Amino acid sequence: MTPLFLTSDRWYDIRDLGNLSRALLDAADKILPGGVVYVLAALIGFVASFLLFVLPSQLIIGVYGERRIIGRMQSRLGPNRVGPFGLLQPIADAIKLIQKEALTPTQADRVVMYIAPIIFVMPAVLLWAVIPFGENMVIADIPVSLMYFLAVSALPVIATFMAGWSSNNKYSLFGAMRIVSMAISYESPLVLALLGAVVMSGTISLSGMVAWADEYTIWMVFVQPLALVIYFICVSAELNRTPVDIAEAESEIVAGYLTEYSGMKWGLFYGMDIGYALAASGFAATVFLGGWTFFGLEEWVPGWLIFIAKTHLFYFLFIWTRGTLPRLRADQLMAFAWKFLLPLGVFNLLIVSTERMLWAEQDYAKGLIYVFALVNIVLSVGLVYAWARFNGYRPERTPTRPRLVKQAGGYIPVGERP
Amino acid sequence: MDGFGVSLAFWVLAAITLVAAGGVMVSRNLLHAVLFLILTFVGVAGFFVLLSADFIAMAQVIIYVGAIAVLVLFAVLLTPRASRDNGETRWALPGVLLSVCLAAIFLFVIHDTAWKTRDGVPQGLSASDLGTALLTTWVVPFEIASVLLTAALVGAIMLTRSPEEEAEDALA
Amino acid sequence: MTPGIEHFLTVGALLFCLGLAIALSKRNAVGVLMGVELMLNAVNLTLITFSRFTVSPNPIAGHTFVVFVLTVAAAEAAVALALAVAVYRNRETIDVDRLNLLRS
Repeated sequence: MTPLFLTSDRWYDIRDLGNLSRALLDAADKILPGGVVYVLAALIGFVASFLLFVLPSQLIIGVYGERRIIGRMQSRLGPNRVGPFGLLQPIADAIKLIQKEALTPTQADRVVMYIAPIIFVMPAVLLWAVIPFGENMVIADIPVSLMYFLAVSALPVIATFMAGWSSNNKYSLFGAMRIVSMAISYESPLVLALLGAVVMSGTISLSGMVAWADEYTIWMVFVQPLALVIYFICVSAELNRTPVDIAEAESEIVAGYLTEYSGMKWGLFYGMDIGYALAASGFAATVFLGGWTFFGLEEWVPGWLIFIAKTHLFYFLFIWTRGTLPRLRADQLMAFAWKFLLPLGVFNLLIVSTERMLWAEQDYAKGLIYVFALVNIVLSVGLVYAWARFNGYRPERTPTRPRLVKQAGGYIPVGERP
Repeated sequence: MDGFGVSLAFWVLAAITLVAAGGVMVSRNLLHAVLFLILTFVGVAGFFVLLSADFIAMAQVIIYVGAIAVLVLFAVLLTPRASRDNGETRWALPGVLLSVCLAAIFLFVIHDTAWKTRDGVPQGLSASDLGTALLTTWVVPFEIASVLLTAALVGAIMLTRSPEEEAEDALA
Repeated sequence: MTPGIEHFLTVGALLFCLGLAIALSKRNAVGVLMGVELMLNAVNLTLITFSRFTVSPNPIAGHTFVVFVLTVAAAEAAVALALAVAVYRNRETIDVDRLNLLRS
């Protein structure tokens, strides 16, 4: 499938910074021996992606923006004291965390406690290696990028466990066990949702997904809205964000697996909460929202700007649910994952496989995909509703006005006082 | 398969994998042994990438590190009063001797055989080829493997039910 | 020195023998399981090595075999650990030296 993009190949074409890095690396390949140019590519990719895109997003949008937006959603101001409009809040947070003493309990396992935040940081950094920012702007264009995402999302589970165990604290251990069981239960619907996207586009690599979206001028989200919803819920669970954050604020009131962590070790956990959320948003923007393409707009506007806009749009969804929804209990979470999301994922896969087969028989006609999109949207809404009714969830009618013990002489609401 | 980078990657990965496997054997703490096991799994996944088997490498990390290592950690957690010092049984020394002899035999056979190798990378090793093979030539083992997984799932759940839960579901 | 088939096979053989030593010598049943998983990993490595290096009309067969070994290893780990937990609930120990009811 040849993509139909019109960005040029010149190294000064700012719409695709990959041309510049490719010219640089080709020049370097002639000088350096053997395979060392790959190390240089990794360094350039890390510096470019991390410093230009990730770090500003994380600092500004993550620490500052999230707290302001959640504050406004909860009818209060967010942090607004530190700089003009509170913009220096992330720097204040970083300084506070660095100068704090990172206490280690005496009986705790020092080496494991030290390594756990490092392993927790790894997915957020590793994931940016495979996400395409633009046409040539992928650091590592491996043919199995989607499975790479699933592979690195298995790492925070291990890191959480290490953190909880090494703290030598009962509550840490309980919290860590709950989080690990929640994370592994939400991995199965995640795989099924992504599998639907793989079946529809016929490729596992992320640049292949973007090429598919550009060739058929439709985003995956319109063809499979159910997959995006399942992905969103499952990734919220992997990231321990509300409404599924039994990690942070519950766990017998103490902070769960983070109880014994203070100072910059805790800062690493907190920062990578945001970092991994941004990486997962970038991943969702690539798979479901069409990546760096926008139905042809990418010939004028740089692709990486479009991609950043989509990433932050998806991250706003994370912030929105965090500010709005209450927290679920642990057993409600598990029941939701195993009894509701997993069968929905299987139904989604069935529907998608059938459609792909019908589509292949028509030789991949371009108009047929819009029909499938419409059918899928209607089917998804109907399926969620029907499956919820089947499981016994009934929609709440308007809640009745609380009838307090008026007859017994209790509190009378203002509108009814004589 | 040549180039300085490939050789460096091979030796680094071999060092990491074998040292981590030795760490599983030698470490005095069961949790440290499990962490070394996870490092071994990741090292073997690196080997798979080096051998142009990228799908298998990712599947290895997802299944082994993401699921099996978590299972092992859960089993260690759910047995609190078992010995966690990773000690050896009485038959440790004969076991080690046996494996040393076996290693000697393997190494002799490996270096004595005249392997008929190919020169370049084989052609049909991508993920789509694997999918085609699994669903056309090898579809019967594929279906049997899915039945096996279902049986293992049901069996594992059944084995760990407490007697109260069994009494609840018993056909009265 | 570019790594050839013998290097990879040597690593696989050493991993297998280390896994065997662990499986034969650990006291904790979970430790034995860790050795078994190492052996299965070594077998996977050997299969992929042969698929990559030897001349055959169908190199994907090695990869399908590895997929099945991965599947069976996962199923076996689940059942073995469920067994260990069930035995622990009854006997309060998973020390393989002390699970000797079948003897004499």
